[in-house]
Amino acid sequence: MDENLISINKLSFGYGKELLHKDINMQFNRGKVSAIMGGSGCGKTTILRLIGGQLKPNSGNVNVDGKVVHEQGREGLRNIRRKMGMLFQHGALFTDLSVYENVAFPMREHTDLPENAIKVLVLLKLNAVGLRGAHKKMPAELSGGMARRVALARAISLDPDIIMYDEPFAGLDPISMAVICDLIRSLNDALGATSIIVTHDVAETFSFADYIYFLADGGVAAEGSPKQLLASKLPFVKQFIHSEKDGPVPFHAEAPSYQSDLAL
Amino acid sequence: MNNILNFFEKLGASARSSLSGLGSCARLFFLTIIYSADSFKRFNLTIKEIYFTGVLSLVIIIVSAFFVGMVLGLQGYYTLEKYGSSEAIGVLVALALVRELGPVVTALLFAGRAGTAITAEIGLMKTTEQLSAMEMMAVSPVARIVAPRFWAGMISMPILATIFSMVGILGGYFIAVLIIGVDDGAFWSQMQANVDFHNDIVDGAIKSIVFGFTCTLIALYQGLVAPPTAEGVSRATTKTVVISSLSVLGLDFVLTSFMFV
Amino acid sequence: MERVKLDIWVGIFVALGIIAMFYMATRVGNLTSNDVKKTYEVKAYFENIGGLKPRAAVKASGVVVGRIGSIVFDPEAFHAVVKINIDERYSFPTDTFANIYTAGLLGEQYLSLEAGGDDVNLKAGDLIVHTQDAVVLEKLISQFLYNSAGEDDDKDKD
Repeated sequence: MDENLISINKLSFGYGKELLHKDINMQFNRGKVSAIMGGSGCGKTTILRLIGGQLKPNSGNVNVDGKVVHEQGREGLRNIRRKMGMLFQHGALFTDLSVYENVAFPMREHTDLPENAIKVLVLLKLNAVGLRGAHKKMPAELSGGMARRVALARAISLDPDIIMYDEPFAGLDPISMAVICDLIRSLNDALGATSIIVTHDVAETFSFADYIYFLADGGVAAEGSPKQLLASKLPFVKQFIHSEKDGPVPFHAEAPSYQSDLAL
Repeated sequence: MNNILNFFEKLGASARSSLSGLGSCARLFFLTIIYSADSFKRFNLTIKEIYFTGVLSLVIIIVSAFFVGMVLGLQGYYTLEKYGSSEAIGVLVALALVRELGPVVTALLFAGRAGTAITAEIGLMKTTEQLSAMEMMAVSPVARIVAPRFWAGMISMPILATIFSMVGILGGYFIAVLIIGVDDGAFWSQMQANVDFHNDIVDGAIKSIVFGFTCTLIALYQGLVAPPTAEGVSRATTKTVVISSLSVLGLDFVLTSFMFV
Repeated sequence: MERVKLDIWVGIFVALGIIAMFYMATRVGNLTSNDVKKTYEVKAYFENIGGLKPRAAVKASGVVVGRIGSIVFDPEAFHAVVKINIDERYSFPTDTFANIYTAGLLGEQYLSLEAGGDDVNLKAGDLIVHTQDAVVLEKLISQFLYNSAGEDDDKDKD
């Protein structure tokens, strides 16, 4: 069995004419928690979209469990997506459905389970994220952290092999952050899944991730385990990890000289 | 010189974008048809949408219809009286409503009320990544969100238009017979003699089906292509109303010219 | 929204629509009138049909007894051939008059059948021989002018 459940090979992609990713190679091992980090706008979330087949690469391919994603037909894509669970940045819960219905949604759509089986499973998933008591609420009544946990319960609804997280720590209070951290690790191990996290939260991610990729300038600037990266001498990595204001990623955006702007 | 070239460039670009919009709309229609199986197998989805587009529009339709009927009665009476044909008021009200005002005004009101609601809802779902989430769960948003709303619109519009015509006629009756004093028997008998079921009523129903199709499709399309920002969604709802209204009026002319001439 | 409540409201909505449709069909339109009855066809020739149209009313003593079927021009005999569908229940003698009248001042033109006295009745495919064309306003005026001109002449002669 291939050690890599997902591999990205020589991928190039751009939304318009300019390429966001140039010839990228990444591997995600089975059962491991991997993180993709980098500055804003460097294309981290886009990688998740490419893995999920929402976008097609300009060249190169994304390989999930032996299948090339963008070459799949409708059925093939469906089969790949059923093995994935994705947690969106703000939860993306369906606002017209209750918490219970949201978590039950994938089960209702993809399985023929009877109502009582669904009930048991939904409450199980909600219990795993600590929100079993909230199953009657509507998404509008939940706080940000709670909404995200419900979305997580929905993402693991069908016990996926791949769980993807898009900025799971953004905008959370420290307690909720700790909760999510713990959940990501424990769910990954309990389900034997492969998790990919897109984030720029250094402290949290370094505490539980197995492997980290740094994206910059359209390519992989650095990669390795947290220990390796902490010891890295690369200036970009050091700037990122130690939260330095200025370095390889400059403070000042490109601008003409001060004198000419002030018309002196 | 540059300005003129700019003008033509913009004209060409807008024509091209309009055409590509039309093409995308057509593609959306075909996708909706292909994915429609779910809307009928799980009819509950469609029923929920019929409630939101049809039932919730009832109040505005009935109130508007009554006022429109009353105005027709009033204006029509004073015009017909000059030619001594005031007893034809029933025919005037009925034909005006059944052939034109019923389908058209209902469509315009529908676009304004239900159309904007659909656009805003779908635009918001796009902004909060709900459509993306659905896609990633291997559920087609077209099957689950778009198709039920489409069929709900197609079913609701003719029903609303018929109710509009009926209430309008009652409004005309109220003014002409009960208030002004036109003969009750003349009102109904002249109407029955001159309104043909096949030519007038059925054609009016066909119009309302076409309008329902148009308004619903435009509302769905605008919601799906709205830029995922607050401003984007608000602009999309405006576009829904404007494009729907113009299309309805244009189609009305086309349909009238080969139905009633 | 609970399922039962939803269904009830949608049911009311659809029921309202059906009621409206029935109302329109019966009270507003002419579906209850004699459109769907069985008819037999006779024909008549006219020099000028005026504003008579297919599906116009055919009346006898003011009561609608049939509908105009088709109106075509005969290029050999140079007159209009009007096919008339008369309700089966009514029979007319062969010397019936078919006249084109106007209903009211702004009204549409219709065909009026005035029964003659013959024993034999019209059968399907028969020809109504006695016809009166529609009144054409210009001819009426020119006739009036001609007559009044003639009167002046007579007066002068006297």
